[in-house]
Amino acid sequence: MALENKEIIEFKCHKIWGESAKGDVLISKEAICFYMVDTDTGTISEKGHVLEGQRITDKMLILPSGKGSSVVNDEGLFMLKQNKTGPKGIIVKNPDTILVAGAIIMDLPIFDRVEKKFYEFVADDDYLVVDADREVIQLFK
Amino acid sequence: MDLTDYEKEMLNGKFGDGAAEALRFQVALGDAFNAERMVEISRTHLALMHLDSDRWYIAKLLEGGARCRVPSTINPIYDLDYLESVGIHDPAGEAQVLQELNESFKKLGIILTYSCTPELEANVPRFGETVAFSESSTTPYVNAVCGARTNRESAKSALAAAVTGRVPLYGYLLDENRRGDILVEVDAAIRDDLDYHLIGYATAKKIGSGIPVFTGIPLNTTPEQLLMLGAELATGAPVAMYHIPGLTPETPDLKTAFGGKSPKQKVKIVDDDLQKTQLALSREEDKICFVMLGCPHYSISQVGEVANLLDGKQIHEGIEFWVLTSSLTKELAGRMGYLEIINKAGGHVIAGTCPDISCWHSHYRGKTGVTDSVKATYYTHLGGMGFILKRRHECVEIAIKGGF
Repeated sequence: MALENKEIIEFKCHKIWGESAKGDVLISKEAICFYMVDTDTGTISEKGHVLEGQRITDKMLILPSGKGSSVVNDEGLFMLKQNKTGPKGIIVKNPDTILVAGAIIMDLPIFDRVEKKFYEFVADDDYLVVDADREVIQLFK
Repeated sequence: MDLTDYEKEMLNGKFGDGAAEALRFQVALGDAFNAERMVEISRTHLALMHLDSDRWYIAKLLEGGARCRVPSTINPIYDLDYLESVGIHDPAGEAQVLQELNESFKKLGIILTYSCTPELEANVPRFGETVAFSESSTTPYVNAVCGARTNRESAKSALAAAVTGRVPLYGYLLDENRRGDILVEVDAAIRDDLDYHLIGYATAKKIGSGIPVFTGIPLNTTPEQLLMLGAELATGAPVAMYHIPGLTPETPDLKTAFGGKSPKQKVKIVDDDLQKTQLALSREEDKICFVMLGCPHYSISQVGEVANLLDGKQIHEGIEFWVLTSSLTKELAGRMGYLEIINKAGGHVIAGTCPDISCWHSHYRGKTGVTDSVKATYYTHLGGMGFILKRRHECVEIAIKGGF
């Protein structure tokens, strides 16, 4: 991707867990349960989900929250990790214990408390880098 | 986070690597949610299963000598002996996995209840108690009906809590995070248990997240119905707490429910929402070959209702009929004569079994069944099972008739 021609906009965030992460943005307007994903292909398989049929592999996934059963969400994250079909990182608005605990155990970078205006700027397929030490998101527009 | 001397010793491995590992994870979790300290708990419920990720984590803690510090119960997996006895076989190698898990659970000191309704029997928290309950259907009930305090624990965060005997103090454990923020006015005809499933799921879909405060739910609603309401709130959204003024122990009235503030959102649940939810989740009417009731596990009253509906009747040839419950309830159902009635009609009561397991997936893949549970419908479609959502008495009638 020709990033050199892009403008970089920075936003503050809070690191919940993990190292720095980068990738193309995929935004979900709906919560995701990681069990409702085809972990062989990294494709959302939940019927009627806004991202049904879309791949989350290697994406920086922007979510309102996690959802669903405490049993299976971790299993989804675990299989995504094993199959290397998971996202690079998660940016979540309303973190909950099940999602965060899964991310910590599976060592998936997860961030929250992003400045409000980030959500006005960010769009699918933007490239972004989260610097975990500085707790800053760099969005390439 | 501020840790006590005891916790520092635990973190440094004085009580074994397993406890240290569990506490390290909890400290990271606490940091994520800005917890200032840990708080001791008195019980946990663990939604561990035979999944790869669970076995990996259990083995890791056991290798480090981990043991439960507080009484802890366990979710269902499946009763393989029973399934084998009726000709349903496990996918290769799972019998051994179950056997090993059973031994691991025992070694950890987990009470082998294999039930997803511990809050109704065997592990009932009291008002004000701080606990760690995983199994998403238990969490709203524990907070809203028992008036105890738990976060929406994952199977692994609850296991870590069992091993350390504490949790980070954050979220729903704190007064200020337990207040309602969304008013949900239920203005729909409530006929039976299914309506509580539908209200829960329809509400979750409308609000997305938050703490709903319900009006229009009768105060004589049964514990089972409150459990279903919470189960579906948690299936459709990350909801861990709700209020019903006059029923939720800490919530005498609407004003208290919102902590004196105004609700940030108001939604209405009407008949149409319930009908639409039922249709949206249900597969189209088709030839059916099984009926599955008891997700969450049926209580003794619910098993009794099925027995009454089946008394003297015969389930149609070609229909396999299942009632899922705990071993304690199955024992009681035997004593009450319910088992005999259901078995005589050609049905099965199976203990310690979840609908979303590989045994069922391989047996019922591509086939259609009938259930009265939104949760069962929602989760099992990935395993290739299709469900039509009906009321309990309709499920039984369909089983007797052999179709619609």
